[in-house]
Amino acid sequence: MTDLALPQDGWIGRRMPREDTRRLVMGAGRYVDDLACRGELHAAFLRSPYPHAGFRLDLSQAKALDGVAAVFVAEDLARVCGGLICPDLAFPGMVSPQQLPLVAERAVYQGEPIALVLADSRAVAEDAVELIAVDWQELPAITRLDQSLTQDAPPVHLGLASNLGWSTQIGTDLRDAFAGAALVVETTLDFARNTGVTLEPRGLIAQWDAGALELRISHQMPHQLQLHIAELFGVAMSRVRVICGDVGGGFGLKMHIYQDELATIAAARLIGRPVRFIADRMESLMADIHAREHRIHGRMAVDAQGRIIGFDIDDLHGMGAYSVFPRSSTREAMSALAVIGAPYLHQVFHARLRCALQNKVPTGQLRAVGNPIGCAITERLVDLAASARGEDRLVFRARNLLPEAMQPWTSPSGFRLFGLSHHRCLERLQKLMDLPKLRAEISDACASGRWLGLGFASLVEFTAPNSRSYGPTGAPVAAVDAVVATLEMTGDISVRASVSEIGQGIRQSLAQVMADAMGVPAENVAVLTGDTATVPHGGGAWASRGAAIGGEAAWQAGVALRAQILEIAAALLQAQAADLDIRFGQVVDQHGSARMGLDELSRIVTLQSYLLPDGMQGQLSVSRTYRREADSALPNNGIQAVLVEIDPDTGHISALRHWVVFDCGRVLNPLLVEEQIRGGVVMGLGQALLEACSYDSGGQFISATLADYKVPMADDAPDIEVALVETPYAGSAVGAKGAGEAGACAAPAALLNAVNDALAGQGAQISALPITPLDVLRALGRVPQA
Amino acid sequence: MKPAPFRYERPATLEAVLALLDAHGAQAEILAGGQSLMPMLALRVARPDLVIDINRIAGLGDITAIPDGGVRIGARARHAEVMASPLVPALMRSALAHVAHPAIRNRGTLGGSLALADPAAEMPCCMVALGARIVTLSSRGETHHDAASFFHGLYSTARRPDEMILRIEIPPLGPQWRFAFLEEARRLGDYAIAGVALAMGAGEVRLAFCGVEPAPRCLPATEALILAGADPLPGLVELAPMDSDDAPEAYRRHLAGVLLKRALREVGHG
Repeated sequence: MTDLALPQDGWIGRRMPREDTRRLVMGAGRYVDDLACRGELHAAFLRSPYPHAGFRLDLSQAKALDGVAAVFVAEDLARVCGGLICPDLAFPGMVSPQQLPLVAERAVYQGEPIALVLADSRAVAEDAVELIAVDWQELPAITRLDQSLTQDAPPVHLGLASNLGWSTQIGTDLRDAFAGAALVVETTLDFARNTGVTLEPRGLIAQWDAGALELRISHQMPHQLQLHIAELFGVAMSRVRVICGDVGGGFGLKMHIYQDELATIAAARLIGRPVRFIADRMESLMADIHAREHRIHGRMAVDAQGRIIGFDIDDLHGMGAYSVFPRSSTREAMSALAVIGAPYLHQVFHARLRCALQNKVPTGQLRAVGNPIGCAITERLVDLAASARGEDRLVFRARNLLPEAMQPWTSPSGFRLFGLSHHRCLERLQKLMDLPKLRAEISDACASGRWLGLGFASLVEFTAPNSRSYGPTGAPVAAVDAVVATLEMTGDISVRASVSEIGQGIRQSLAQVMADAMGVPAENVAVLTGDTATVPHGGGAWASRGAAIGGEAAWQAGVALRAQILEIAAALLQAQAADLDIRFGQVVDQHGSARMGLDELSRIVTLQSYLLPDGMQGQLSVSRTYRREADSALPNNGIQAVLVEIDPDTGHISALRHWVVFDCGRVLNPLLVEEQIRGGVVMGLGQALLEACSYDSGGQFISATLADYKVPMADDAPDIEVALVETPYAGSAVGAKGAGEAGACAAPAALLNAVNDALAGQGAQISALPITPLDVLRALGRVPQA
Repeated sequence: MKPAPFRYERPATLEAVLALLDAHGAQAEILAGGQSLMPMLALRVARPDLVIDINRIAGLGDITAIPDGGVRIGARARHAEVMASPLVPALMRSALAHVAHPAIRNRGTLGGSLALADPAAEMPCCMVALGARIVTLSSRGETHHDAASFFHGLYSTARRPDEMILRIEIPPLGPQWRFAFLEEARRLGDYAIAGVALAMGAGEVRLAFCGVEPAPRCLPATEALILAGADPLPGLVELAPMDSDDAPEAYRRHLAGVLLKRALREVGHG
């Protein structure tokens, strides 16, 4: 922590569009597929069409096709690249076999890559894939979550005694606490598989030159990837350069290590030419990580005064065929459990978790990891309790939300909660919604036969973890971030930052932090990210950490650089550094009078260094790496509400209006925070109403196009009003907490509660996401159950 | 997602198209707007030897009034052009608002939609409800099909492999006619789970569904009940809806009834 206060009229907190926006919306972005490499070959994969099948391959026809340079299978790539085994130090006993870049002998999920063709064009490569003769031996497969752990479920991998990938119990025996409760409510919720749909699919161009790799890839964490590649290919990190240019969306998809990406890098090494692989949309939907897929049962006990006693949870989570490398598929369920009950004061907690292997693509970390599940089960139970007590849902929430006076508070599940502004957010929400007027309007509409429903969801999300999260697990995930700040001879500041720009606008945020730290206008700061050859090591983009970790590194680097510059200025101006300051790019004296431009100072240091006094070297660069020592994660908080209308005859659900009040600590740029919130809300509503990775009864994946995997369109998004409450994190100078995922955390819960509110008068309940119109009609008894 | 290899021709005259169809017939696909064909090629679902691009043929997209009433729509008329035309019946304009999105409507064509005969597509059922005539052309000459008998089933029509759709003729429907088009889809612009096209004149009614059965057709029993002023829903037993996990038979049948009642209300009947 530093004792420098933020300037009152600074750049932090200003509503500025990000500098990249114009370039990107005008189509001038440069994504992986925009970069051609002379002499490159294109890769296409033979992928398993079955969820579980042995195979024998005949490659002769494919290799003979004109334009084909090579066809590789598992044993070819094994010469240069190792396999993946998900580290399990945090999850002892976890079952997850080794994953090879190309699977040998037996595929265990549909879409698993089996062979790789290199050809002059992607079209020829796809032609050759069709010419690979495959003798398939279909094997029994398990895809349904609810059948994955039954006695007679076929093993996901041959020889497994059980498909239980991992299980754990958290908390204490609840029998006494629940036995004494005045009220116990319970429910079971089902969550479909979702995936992230990035505008730019995964893609890479790998080029080896004399044993060194240059890799251009659409990815969230270049340094971590650099380390993985160095280890898997047995080369030094300094011989691996990972370049992430414009990244057209990440959502967590692009922080995992994929078999097809390793195979492409290995193939480039074997063939000695650059190789490009761009996942097409079918490959993306089928073989990018999926997420969610839980069946979660929750019970909540409440005392006679309407105070929550505790939670009892049983979660069954679908992992897919492997635990995703390197963070593990179990992470999502653990995140879900961490936030159950977190907004509310309670005394006891118990959870049982079972993670099931399935013959499906692994589930991994998707924006808001686990939070939508934890938030939805909590908020559903809260609504059920309020309803059972016959009281207003916000009254029940207000009574139970963790008061500021009781913070910091350690929950029964062991999480430290502090700096949370639940009651201020709740009050702000009611004003934002003009709730009495809105309730009167809803009441009138319902009286005239319309079915309207209002849903609420409070949230706590643990953001920006420090190294206690991954450090002990064996997964090489950096929780530090670093910034190198340099004063250029034109008076501007270059910031080389280890955080990753994936469309969220972190470069703009860091520019504003640096502007305040250095005393220059924000437009005089350029932030560079994404290239391991030019930016320092750090975590990249994950767990809403850019502002809280990267922002703090930028602040510290800027403050240090400012001090260095003032020392030089003092020497040149024959003044005391303590009497000088930097304002708007000028060194100023105590009276605020400009004494020297930063451009002039920088030119003297670089070009006329004889003017410096003896013994002064004149450093124009500073490097700072920031690790947060205290607080393993920074909880943020907020509350959302959504108004829905249901068509009683068609079951169609329309989200009409959505409100968010959110506290992510110090807001670096409200425009960017609000847009992150809105984007997250739309993603959450999509997962609540539309999006599902679907498999038919035979285990075939049936949502491999964007006609079938339905993401929300502009028409599906209601107006979303956002208000921000600021409770800065006291443990850092900037005071920021994470903001990138919170919109997605609570929107599904709010929507589920709103739909159930609309159906309350009909005796119907919905307990599965996404909620289809058919589900509504079935719940109403207007269409028979399946 | 690249197409399998195919040969590509872009003839300048109808005669040249017909000659290619004579020679290649079932191995050829006609490219008009490409809004279905191109994805099907890319997914390798369609694997023609030859793609015949008809976009250079003059006049194939014209929309003109028929002198003694009605309108003639060239097969290559873009959805957006049909939607903007004052000559076409209001039923088509309101149905086209449900056809995908503006960018797709700028390229997609009426003839293409009818030739594909997707069971969930809006235009085929509108043609049935409007009593349209679909004119195909081959080197043997023109063939005139009633829309009601043109659509045979899933992606299946009366068009023979050596024929192309040339134009659509919509009979005159006087000012006494009322129209309604309604559909249920998960998102605006998606293919319909169920949709209804209704045309009502004096003592006359025509009704067709999309998304319900494999192909749109006339529904005489239901139409008779409507004309008699009776509850039309019992007539819908004549429907044999499609069945799938996400849209089972009972759901489609339920939606057909809901949409029909709403459509009748919209035209002021019931």
